[in-house]
Amino acid sequence: MVQDEPRIGVFVCHCGTNIAGVVDVEEVAQYALTLKNVVHSQTNLYTCSDAGINSIKEGIKKYNLNRVVVASCTPRTHEPLFRRTCQEAGVNPFLFEFVNIREHCSWVHSDEPEKATQKAKELVRMGIAKARFLQPQEEIENEVEPRALVIGGGISGMSAALTLAQRGFEVYLIEREKYLGGVLRKLYKLYPTSQEAKSILEPMIRSVTKNEKIKIFTSSVIKETSGYIGNYNIKVETKGKETELKVGVIIVAIGAKELKPKKLYNYDGENVITQLELEKRLKDKDPQLSNIKSSVMIFCAGSRIPERPYCSKICCMNGIKNALILQEINPKINIYILYRDIMTYGEYEDNYYRVSREKGITYLKYSPEKPPVVEKGKVVVYDKLLGEEIELPSDLTILSTPLVSPDGEEELSRMLKVPIDVDGFLLEAHVKLRPVEFATDGVYLSGCCHWPTDLKGAIVEGYAAASKASIPLVNKKVKVEPIVSFVDEEKCIGCGLCESICPYTAIEVKQTEKGRKAKTISASCKGCGLCGASCPEGAITMQHFSNEQELAMICAFGGEK
Amino acid sequence: MEFEPKILGFMCNWCSYAAADLAGVSRFQYPSNLRIIRVMCSARVDPVMVIEGFLQGADGVLVLGCHFGDCHYSIGNYYADRKMRMTKKFLEIIGINEERLYVDWVSAAEGDRFASIVKNLTSRIKEMGTLGVKENLKSSEVKERLKAAQIALQGETIRWLVGKEKELVENKNVYQEKISQEDFDRVMVDNIKDKYIKTRILLLLKDNKLSVREIADKLNLSPRAILEQIVDLQRRGDIELSEIVGKTPKYNLMKVK
Repeated sequence: MVQDEPRIGVFVCHCGTNIAGVVDVEEVAQYALTLKNVVHSQTNLYTCSDAGINSIKEGIKKYNLNRVVVASCTPRTHEPLFRRTCQEAGVNPFLFEFVNIREHCSWVHSDEPEKATQKAKELVRMGIAKARFLQPQEEIENEVEPRALVIGGGISGMSAALTLAQRGFEVYLIEREKYLGGVLRKLYKLYPTSQEAKSILEPMIRSVTKNEKIKIFTSSVIKETSGYIGNYNIKVETKGKETELKVGVIIVAIGAKELKPKKLYNYDGENVITQLELEKRLKDKDPQLSNIKSSVMIFCAGSRIPERPYCSKICCMNGIKNALILQEINPKINIYILYRDIMTYGEYEDNYYRVSREKGITYLKYSPEKPPVVEKGKVVVYDKLLGEEIELPSDLTILSTPLVSPDGEEELSRMLKVPIDVDGFLLEAHVKLRPVEFATDGVYLSGCCHWPTDLKGAIVEGYAAASKASIPLVNKKVKVEPIVSFVDEEKCIGCGLCESICPYTAIEVKQTEKGRKAKTISASCKGCGLCGASCPEGAITMQHFSNEQELAMICAFGGEK
Repeated sequence: MEFEPKILGFMCNWCSYAAADLAGVSRFQYPSNLRIIRVMCSARVDPVMVIEGFLQGADGVLVLGCHFGDCHYSIGNYYADRKMRMTKKFLEIIGINEERLYVDWVSAAEGDRFASIVKNLTSRIKEMGTLGVKENLKSSEVKERLKAAQIALQGETIRWLVGKEKELVENKNVYQEKISQEDFDRVMVDNIKDKYIKTRILLLLKDNKLSVREIADKLNLSPRAILEQIVDLQRRGDIELSEIVGKTPKYNLMKVK
């Protein structure tokens, strides 16, 4: 706690003409000097330039400043720089406050210089009000348990596990089913190389099983998780037996499952089947398949409809591949693919599609308003391009249904506090900037649980997640921003509201000598402030955004100097 | 001179503050009435802070968070939504136009939308006039009401209710019962009214000895409604009978012994 009287230095930036062209920065700086605790105030041409940075450092020395306020651009880009400047000059970086008078002022009120200057003065007044109550914070550092948990033993999970093991880290690989392999186990051949799935899967399973660093738990599910990046405690249940694991990072690779249609196109699992059921017949070398004279495949069966609006990405290619395989078995077969749009992007993929047309696979476009009707031995479809209804004989009708979220996803998402998107898949932190990561530190994802992907995508994401997950493992330590909540034990009544609402399980109620009390787990806390704004007893302080600081800003908004 | 409203804004670091930055970078012009306070998440905005804004002279308060599903803290904005809906309800109950508190969701990419939200809000508040004008209330009355609301919002009951609302309405309780939003809202409104009136009575009795009728007149409520509260407050030990003038009992705050 800083008990000294605040000595605040204010640095108002011209930003060339960006700010000074509209706002009278000299007037703002002069005004700041009239406010309580401000002992120095000046303007800078560019506060972020070397000259500007030095003037802050000199100001700190000369005026013995213990708080610094910079009024310039946005903290979202420049706060780290000025915090570092303060630190280098011996002032705790959290005793710095940013006032935005460019993006929020000069740039958006360029035709109203007087009003903009008035606004800048008030914003500076609010910033100074907060600065008076700033407290120094120390960065929190935590040890990292040098082990990883990979949930899901499909191809993506296995490639992640193997990558981490090859980097030298111990990995626990958890699989729900009796065997490793996931959906790939159920596939016959793969597009676009037409090689058998087992030619890839078997060597992979061998490497994973042989690797001493990987401990495999099959027929196992996660029962409980607690902890935070670097220190997760996991309970795994294997056939009624529980095992406790301690890991530093978690990769979720629980895959996806094929939609089993209900009452869709007269699906019966016999004469109307899904692609995956066809794969099984192909794998089993079902002799019936060579007797088929005519077969209809319906693409987008159960996908791209209001209740499941997404494109499952892999089904077009998979269907085309199976059509070609059926043709190989019986070259005289007639295969009709009823499609809405064909999605075969990629170098090899598009060629594959062209080849299939050359080989005589017939494509007919249907529209969702007039979907095909499956009857015994035939399919009736309204061809959108011909504008006519066509009747196609079909000994075997095959539905390309989409991949949907796997079993157990919801429980896992609740346990790990990771979000699910509108389509039911797990949602990564940011679609472009943070792929394969969850917003929760230390938890990553790969493969189809995130979005339907083909084999290559599943493997690549496995590598990516493993490489991201290895960062804390290699560093052995994680640094956490100290913008975390703090519970005043004296005020806390142990009601547990904070514990139940925290999005990160970062606050726990525990029995203490003084009764049940909440305590923040600083390493897990992300600093949203929900607990602070909700505590019925006012016992929780959100550091760096405390009630005291916020109310001081509001009072300064109202005119308090 | 044209009335220039004062508007206080709470923006979350990840979406709405960034949208305000983008509006700046894009040079979208908007009225200069808004003063922004940055918070990490809209969930940090305590209803007490919103009321303080009005007490400090804001004619409007703007709270902007991330779109649902986009919250940096995954679910913070859902809680913010419930807190702010409750706050709006509270404002309505105490006779303050709830439109003075505006809550919306903007992404970091919606600089243009941010600017238009500020523009529209500013012009709406301009039409309403300074706080109290549209409401037809004297500024001293507005202050008294807000003060009581703020105290009630610091109390356990309402904070508990709003904190648990999401869980109660969305999930089943231990008895596998789900509470409907309508049922919950009814309980919330009853509690807001109850806590608010109690707080107003306590504030009135702070420096005065008053009878039921006198309190009823000041709060513009029926003596019967006040009597119920008086009985309740007395039972809780918050107030006591001070003296009987003629046949009229007068009350004051319980003195701490």
